[in-house]
Amino acid sequence: MSFDKVTRGEKLPALKLAVVQYAILALILALSAGLWRLQILGAQNFRMLAEQNRIRKVPILAPRGKLFDRENRLVVDNYPSVSCFLVREQNRKVDEDLPMIAHGLHLNLDQLKATLHKYRLSPGYQPIPIKEDVTADEQAFIEAHRNELPELETIEGERRLYPRDGYASHLIGYVGEVSEEDLNQTRYAAYEPGDVVGKGGVEEMYDQVLRGQDGSRDVIVDSHGREVGFLGIQHAVPGQDLKLTIDNDLQKAAELALGDRNGAIVAMDPRNGEILAMVSRPSFDPNLFAVKIDRGEWNKLITDPDHPLMNKAIQAQLAPGSTFKILMSVAGLQEGVAQSMHVNCAGGWGPYGYFHHCDEKHGAVDIHNAIPFSCDTFYYQLGDKLGIDRIAKYATAFGYGQKTGIDLPGEQAGLMPSQRWLMKNYHRRWYPDETLDVSIGQGAVAATPLQLVRIIGGIASEGRMVRPHVVAPDQLPAEFRKDLYENLPGTADAQLPIDPDNWQTITDGMAAVTQPGYFHTAGSAHLEGIDLAGKTGTAQVMSHEALGKTNKGHHTLPNVWFVGVVPRRNPELVIAVLWEHGEFSYYPARLGARIVAAYVEKQRRLQNNLMPVKTPNPKPVEVGAVWTTPNPAASTPGEPETKVQAGKFYVGANGALAGGPSGKPAVASKTVSVAASAPKNPVQSGSKSSPPLAISTQIKSNKPGQQESQSARLGAQPALPGKPTQVKSQ
Amino acid sequence: MSQMRRFMSFRDFDWTLFGLVAGLCVVSVLEIYSATLHTKYVGFHTRQIYWIAGGTIAMFILSRIDYHKLIDFVPWVYGFFLFALMLVLIPGIGHKALGARRWIKLGPLGLFQPSEWMKLVMILAVARYFANLGARNLTWKEIGKGFALVGVPMLLILKQPDLGTSLTYMPVLIIGMFLGGINLKQASILIAAGIVLVVGGWSSGKLLKPYQKARLTGFINPDNDPRGAGYQVLQAKIAVGAGGIWGKGAEKGTQTQGAFIPIPHADFIFAAYSEEHGFVGAVFVLLLYFLILMRLIQNAQTAADLPGSLIIMGIVAVLTFQIAVNVGMVIGFMPVTGIPLPLMSYGGSSVLFTFLALGVVMNIRMRRFVN
Repeated sequence: MSFDKVTRGEKLPALKLAVVQYAILALILALSAGLWRLQILGAQNFRMLAEQNRIRKVPILAPRGKLFDRENRLVVDNYPSVSCFLVREQNRKVDEDLPMIAHGLHLNLDQLKATLHKYRLSPGYQPIPIKEDVTADEQAFIEAHRNELPELETIEGERRLYPRDGYASHLIGYVGEVSEEDLNQTRYAAYEPGDVVGKGGVEEMYDQVLRGQDGSRDVIVDSHGREVGFLGIQHAVPGQDLKLTIDNDLQKAAELALGDRNGAIVAMDPRNGEILAMVSRPSFDPNLFAVKIDRGEWNKLITDPDHPLMNKAIQAQLAPGSTFKILMSVAGLQEGVAQSMHVNCAGGWGPYGYFHHCDEKHGAVDIHNAIPFSCDTFYYQLGDKLGIDRIAKYATAFGYGQKTGIDLPGEQAGLMPSQRWLMKNYHRRWYPDETLDVSIGQGAVAATPLQLVRIIGGIASEGRMVRPHVVAPDQLPAEFRKDLYENLPGTADAQLPIDPDNWQTITDGMAAVTQPGYFHTAGSAHLEGIDLAGKTGTAQVMSHEALGKTNKGHHTLPNVWFVGVVPRRNPELVIAVLWEHGEFSYYPARLGARIVAAYVEKQRRLQNNLMPVKTPNPKPVEVGAVWTTPNPAASTPGEPETKVQAGKFYVGANGALAGGPSGKPAVASKTVSVAASAPKNPVQSGSKSSPPLAISTQIKSNKPGQQESQSARLGAQPALPGKPTQVKSQ
Repeated sequence: MSQMRRFMSFRDFDWTLFGLVAGLCVVSVLEIYSATLHTKYVGFHTRQIYWIAGGTIAMFILSRIDYHKLIDFVPWVYGFFLFALMLVLIPGIGHKALGARRWIKLGPLGLFQPSEWMKLVMILAVARYFANLGARNLTWKEIGKGFALVGVPMLLILKQPDLGTSLTYMPVLIIGMFLGGINLKQASILIAAGIVLVVGGWSSGKLLKPYQKARLTGFINPDNDPRGAGYQVLQAKIAVGAGGIWGKGAEKGTQTQGAFIPIPHADFIFAAYSEEHGFVGAVFVLLLYFLILMRLIQNAQTAADLPGSLIIMGIVAVLTFQIAVNVGMVIGFMPVTGIPLPLMSYGGSSVLFTFLALGVVMNIRMRRFVN
């Protein structure tokens, strides 16, 4: 049907339009009547409601999850504390009260005004936190001025209490009020201004798990701030406690070993990637952040040239120096180049016109003594034979220039140069001479202490690379864990192929490093009876030429490294020590040795601990017994008066008779004839055999497991130190 | 059709109607300024001015295009928007926000909401349909086709879910049928069926999402749940009531300024306005609406032909419905549905729709003497 057919000039019936008009009039009148009812008849009532309309949302703060070490010893605690909030009234000018509030609560007036300004956009009933950790006299001030300052509200909550002296501060991180920049990011979408969030370390990475969920009470208050009605409650969900992988004993040893030297120490279990200790210096006090940090303190922290907020264990990217020779040895041996190399070290090597120095004139050097001597000449030539790209291939596979994927924020990737990297970033070709610098861990190559720990640990563990972590993943909610681990960068767990001969050669060489010996670089770090295999490193911060021109000072001294594993086969502990501007590489080796000593001593103490192990044996124990019974045929001449019997019983953990493992009768006994003529064998019943059984049960069920295991352990652990300690992980 | 461009000038433009609309727009901008003063929407009144200016230009442009051409094209446009409404529901294409899939992303052009545009298309399509039938007695088959014409897009929009916009289409059909010649018997049967459907749909629970149900129950008894769905209704009522006869004055409404009224510049602007300007102000605005609607109906009466009248009456139906539902919501007669108050609420799409609709009205009025 086309539109043209429609008759023009046709009109709608006027009656129907009039109906519509009247309907609209009726509607408008009905709406006006509704307005009349509310605004004229109900005005007084509604005006009063509007006056009293003070629905307050009183927050119930969720306690944050505590942090424990691997043996469930408390590391980070909470303490009860009172906070003061300001609730804006819709018909009051709060601004007039501010000077009085600032005076009573010892606040800076400008800062208070700035806080209020930050909340100008949030709804009127949302309380603004203005003072945390309210003291007793401030609380008294609030109570005394209830009538003049009804907008003040106090709330009890819990605050963070961190260990003193910056203990593990970089690993733990700190908490603070969420910043306005943070709120604009998607990961903070669920946060509101004033929320406390974790910043740095575990506090930041696991904030979602630790923070729990704040609850609130919705109450109606009168114009004096007194509660007159209660609308509902939303309970707070406390945050989850977390167990860290660090060992307080080892952490303490590491903290004390590094002292006030700038640098970092990382200790890890190379079998599973658990970080046992992590120290960075200089340190800071996270407690300063728990309550609002003073601006002066903050400026001092961020302008300090030593970067106290930086976690050097994962963020310092420095030349690894001679510790890189371990990777060079792997590459050389795997490529089949290093085995046959015999080098005469005459104090350096310089085939490309520039002479590269070695520390000593080592004479004849091969792969076996190149590591303990740390002979640069040997590695110059090895690097030259391999070429930069083969070195880079191995280095990248083992994790140089790659994040380890540790569960801490802000990890740095370091750098592993290659021909492509140089072309891409500096648009020039690689000179073979530059390979020589890289071969001894200088030049552009840079690594973090954590990277070294993972790489050295992996090489010593037959190429089994692990993802380092500070919180055991099994305690995390499944969804959070999946989300976290999918988003962490890095290569995670991997098995890299290394010939057993090759890693044994390398770890044997590393073991010789800490043995006393001529040219051995860390003989002074030798620990009697401990199989510590390590490698030192000295990384120049300036070239020799530049060094000649400047005034020598602390900042021109080389950074020194030590990496080590214990024991050399199937290591249980790997450590990396970095001392910035520490000058001599046997210094960090000694620091490392202290941590290793603390570790081994703890393991030995635990193993030699004679406290009974309480493990009831759940399986029935098989018990043998011999006893006599009256001979029923005693009257017959020639027969003995009693018969000797032997039997086998199964005894349960509680000492009672239990069924046999295969469901056989509990008692199976055999009559052993002492006499010449054997009578028929009567099968003994359980009740008859109980007296002897009880005795044997007593003996067997209390002692066995223990004594055996005890003696077995003692046997396996000779008192002589010198063998690698066999350790059971905690 | 060639003789149609005989004589047309802006003298025939409905300046009275335009004056009434402009008056309402001034009230709207002032109240948006006052209501957003202490919120994060501060400054939205200038944006509203831009929208009104843009809408006015669009209105003048649309008034130049002969509405018969619009009606000729309407089947194609209807088909296009029906297709767009289906596209919106496909997860990869439809953009989801606030729990509903209502938009298609058009790159730099922003978001495109087919259901808003469909409103105007629907008015034209329904007018075309019933005009073609000659506005005489309708058969059941013809009524059924009318239901399909409106019902299919309604169901698609309900699926988004967007109850408010979907319900806006209903009055277009109702007025179309009423003016298109439905008889009393048919009407009674349809009303009875409608009641059965609503009651059945409510109890089966499939038709409405839980939040939609909560809004409806919250409306019936707001004191039960003052912090939840009923909270908005209760606070709006308190605001209106506290306004009294003369109101508390601009920028002085405690409910408005204290952020107790939700979105005081958009859906609940009438609550904010009523608090600050009282019964007198509120009735003044209702009077403006009444005059605008009466003026529209007068234009429908004087229109040159049946389609012109039906289009204007469709527009009257949509505007009346929006006013009734929005003001009814604010004063506690109706549940919260998210339907804006035309020409008062802040929002580009609402302003644009109203001005485009007015453009069509002007269009029809300017051609009233053509034959």
